[in-house]
Amino acid sequence: MSFELQDVGFSFDGKDVVDGVSVALAPGKFYGVIGPNGCGKTTLVDLLCGFRSPQHGRILYAGRPLDAYSKRHLAREIALVPQNFYINFPFRVQDVVMMGRYPYIPRFGRPSARDTDIVAAVMESADVAGMSERRVTELSGGERQRVVFARALAQDTPMLILDEATSNLDIGHAMRLLDIAARRVSRESGTVLAVFQDINQAAAYCDHLIVMSQGRIAAHGGTREVLTPDAIRKVFAVEARVYHDDYSQALHVVYKSKGI
Amino acid sequence: MDRDPPMESRGLGRRLRDATALQAATLVVLLSGLFIVSTGMGYIQIPPAAVLKIFWGGISGKPDAFAGMNEIFPVVVMDVRLPRILTAALVGGGLAMSGVVFQGILLNPLADPYTLGVSAGAAFGAALAILMNMSALGIFSVPLFAFLGAPAIMKNMIYLSGGSGGLSSNNLILSGIIVAAILSAGISFLKYVADEQVAVIIFWLMGSFSSKTWGDAGLTGVCVAAGASVFLYFARELNLMSLGSQMASSLGVDTRRVTLILLAAASVVAAVCVSVAGIIGFVGLLVPHIMRLLCGPDNRRLVPLSFLAGALLLLGADTLTRAVLPAEVPIGVLTALIGGPFFCYVFRRQSAGRAW
Repeated sequence: MSFELQDVGFSFDGKDVVDGVSVALAPGKFYGVIGPNGCGKTTLVDLLCGFRSPQHGRILYAGRPLDAYSKRHLAREIALVPQNFYINFPFRVQDVVMMGRYPYIPRFGRPSARDTDIVAAVMESADVAGMSERRVTELSGGERQRVVFARALAQDTPMLILDEATSNLDIGHAMRLLDIAARRVSRESGTVLAVFQDINQAAAYCDHLIVMSQGRIAAHGGTREVLTPDAIRKVFAVEARVYHDDYSQALHVVYKSKGI
Repeated sequence: MDRDPPMESRGLGRRLRDATALQAATLVVLLSGLFIVSTGMGYIQIPPAAVLKIFWGGISGKPDAFAGMNEIFPVVVMDVRLPRILTAALVGGGLAMSGVVFQGILLNPLADPYTLGVSAGAAFGAALAILMNMSALGIFSVPLFAFLGAPAIMKNMIYLSGGSGGLSSNNLILSGIIVAAILSAGISFLKYVADEQVAVIIFWLMGSFSSKTWGDAGLTGVCVAAGASVFLYFARELNLMSLGSQMASSLGVDTRRVTLILLAAASVVAAVCVSVAGIIGFVGLLVPHIMRLLCGPDNRRLVPLSFLAGALLLLGADTLTRAVLPAEVPIGVLTALIGGPFFCYVFRRQSAGRAW
């Protein structure tokens, strides 16, 4: 198992944000997390990345408690693409991507040939190679998100966590980046956990879905089992129809407005 | 500055390093030149050749280097001018470096060593010492109180901002503003009750390098050198922390520990600078800002280059007030008068849509 969460709970100002979450993430799988706003998705990501410590239960990574790892070791295991990303200093795009290699470069060392090769390759695949000299402060939101994605890929970790990582991207770039993540899963048996707003995007890429509601796991399992009109009604309070779409070869969800 | 055309990344890395080496070399040459020129300038003019001979004599310890020159020259240089010049350069460099670090930690290019109330703490300590006429520790009592004031404030602020949100930059800046506001009211009160001592307090607050001793230079040198080694050791972490503390953390940085160490080191450096020289504004704000425009935001380059540029700037300003202007203007006033408008110009140019 990559991750094993055992009855994990975290509360904030007396309110349970994550409550009794038990789930195991296996290598070679693409996991999706969906749920309404404020259901604890981002807190779950924070817990997995070690930004917060669970107040209840425990989190194991590769069989050892998360807090038993050094930060530097963890940085070679888990990479995160966050939801929002600001940077106030005018670093060049390639400098930011190279920061993904810091966990591998000795303190006063210079990047090795391997480091520069990896950075060049991920910049190519995330389609940011053409802006490598630009200042990250001048980029648009979507461009910046691609840079951050490339930086996370440069970390070259078995576990990749995407927190609404494609929210600012056009459909072409969103699919390009999710395809890269999916390839890491299928070819290198990496693990991806991605938080999605768009359920159809989640259905197109994920083997497994974790549906969250009010800090708890409302349903989890194979995408085809979990993604039902019932589940969507229960969690999002929206009427929906779920069908297999032949063209995209994935489940597809359409919604019905309640009218005016 | 024009944008470079895209080119192969390894070649670019080398080119950047070369550019940095060139900038560093230029600054070192300028600083050395200013050292010699500044030492020669003043009420008694000393030719550069004699200055060099005296330096050589001082370093090698051979008094025969002084043969054949006016015998007052070595005394003026070694006992009067050199301590002052060294102190001014070290304070300038120290303020500039700690400016880089404060800006990096607070994720705010407009922060400076004084943003977090370090100067207010030092000023309050100094004002208190002057008011109570403390002479138990001789001439060192005012600097000592100033020096103790700053870390006390720092500790208070870390306590204030260390609640649920951790040491976030917004929390730090806010608590800095609160603490500084309280302290400046305290300083006003001290001035109000000070009677005839008020002039001493005001003069101290405006900053000056006059009558600095080798003791001042040595103290500043030790603290600035210690601070510089901490800054350089953690320069890489500081780069990562400019992506935000969560990003830095996911790249392997123990952000809380590094923030605390860097805050403490930068406060000590700023506090020692304030305690020997009074409050000198704009160096810690202006120099990192301009050096970032020239050499980019990488702290591994920015810290040493800012040290050199800060030393150059403050030594230049001190030489101006000491030897060029008809009467000595307080150095803090001078740097603000020169630095303020210049900063307005830089800032305006930057916000007018130039890349950087």
